[in-house]
Amino acid sequence: MKDVDDKFLKNPDTEVPLREELRPRKVTTPDGQEIDIDPLRDYFCEAKPKVHPKAYSKIVEDFYNWARANSLWILGFGTGCGAIEMRPLMTPRFDAYRYGIQWRPTPRQANLLVISGYLSVKTLKRAIRAYEQMPQPKYVMGLGSCTINGGMYWDSYNTIKRLDDYLPVDMYVAGCMPRPEALLHGFMELKRVIKEGKGEGANLYAENFDQYKANQKAVIRDWDMPDYNW
Amino acid sequence: MRHILYRLKDRYHLGTPVFQRDDLCFVTVKRFELRAILTELRDVEGFTHLTLLTAVDWIEEQQFQLTYMVNNRVANLTLALRVMLDREDATGDTIHDLWPTAATYQRELREMFGITFPGSPRVDEEFILEGWTDLPPYRRDFDTLAYSQQTYNDRPGRVTHDPKTHMQKTLYADYPKGAK
Repeated sequence: MKDVDDKFLKNPDTEVPLREELRPRKVTTPDGQEIDIDPLRDYFCEAKPKVHPKAYSKIVEDFYNWARANSLWILGFGTGCGAIEMRPLMTPRFDAYRYGIQWRPTPRQANLLVISGYLSVKTLKRAIRAYEQMPQPKYVMGLGSCTINGGMYWDSYNTIKRLDDYLPVDMYVAGCMPRPEALLHGFMELKRVIKEGKGEGANLYAENFDQYKANQKAVIRDWDMPDYNW
Repeated sequence: MRHILYRLKDRYHLGTPVFQRDDLCFVTVKRFELRAILTELRDVEGFTHLTLLTAVDWIEEQQFQLTYMVNNRVANLTLALRVMLDREDATGDTIHDLWPTAATYQRELREMFGITFPGSPRVDEEFILEGWTDLPPYRRDFDTLAYSQQTYNDRPGRVTHDPKTHMQKTLYADYPKGAK
């Protein structure tokens, strides 16, 4: 292990037991019927995400991409200090709404997930759930050096270092923290990328779904949700 | 503050008090007298507020130090009681019935230092970490750097510059002054 001069070795991976209420079990209904319930499967669709096919002709796809680029709806989900930078962006001083960028309260209405800073393992779980609930086409933006290489949390026991191991990132904005101007520039760059047809993060996620899941489960030890939260 | 300590000293074993300020004092007490002292401070001397309960890992001495900081708002006095625990079987005495907020501190200590407080409400439940199976992370024999390197992937290309050599190379050859 480089940089580490002692012999500390982390515990080998031991199973974390599933919470009581999430285990499959038999339940007697009020009218006396015995049913099997499996809380992690009963309420969720098991189908994996699919690759979104391109339109039949280039000009139509370009039109779609132009339309997608001009309606970036951000999920109002703040992790870390970058959530503070969102407020001046929304409000009249920087006013991101003039570019067709707006914030939505639920993942079902959003198509851009901004990971605004460091992501602890606990928050990563919620971020994955939020990302998977967003409808395609969807994009992820990583804000600040924490999402790029760990930033100042490079030696933290509870903070991930590379966001693109766990979620497909379309655009990074460097800085610690990036100012709202940098964020606006990042949005413009993301628009350019989408218009060029390179904003393929969601398809990348669908293609490498098993790899992403393996990475996610390696750090989220108590995996108490279905594999795909759509 | 001093007259409170004089009154306590007659009946309890107190260590040498350390005055950080006139209104802030640290004193070591015996574990079996802690509860009596805290109760007396709260009910007689007016220290009604538990400011914090925290721990220090003295790994060389094989001991944990618990610090109970209590505050008298009316007189603006803060007194911190230190209790030493054996590190091997780290078990403290719960004070959640004196101050209900202590239960939260004790849950945190249980998770971060592995110090148990039998009888404290919900003390064995997860507090901040989810699915943690390794050593409690605030213990000093837990190496966060090694853990993070073994758990999370690095992005190649990250370099660290020693500030001194960097300054010498880029700005001043004789930095710090007269070094050459």
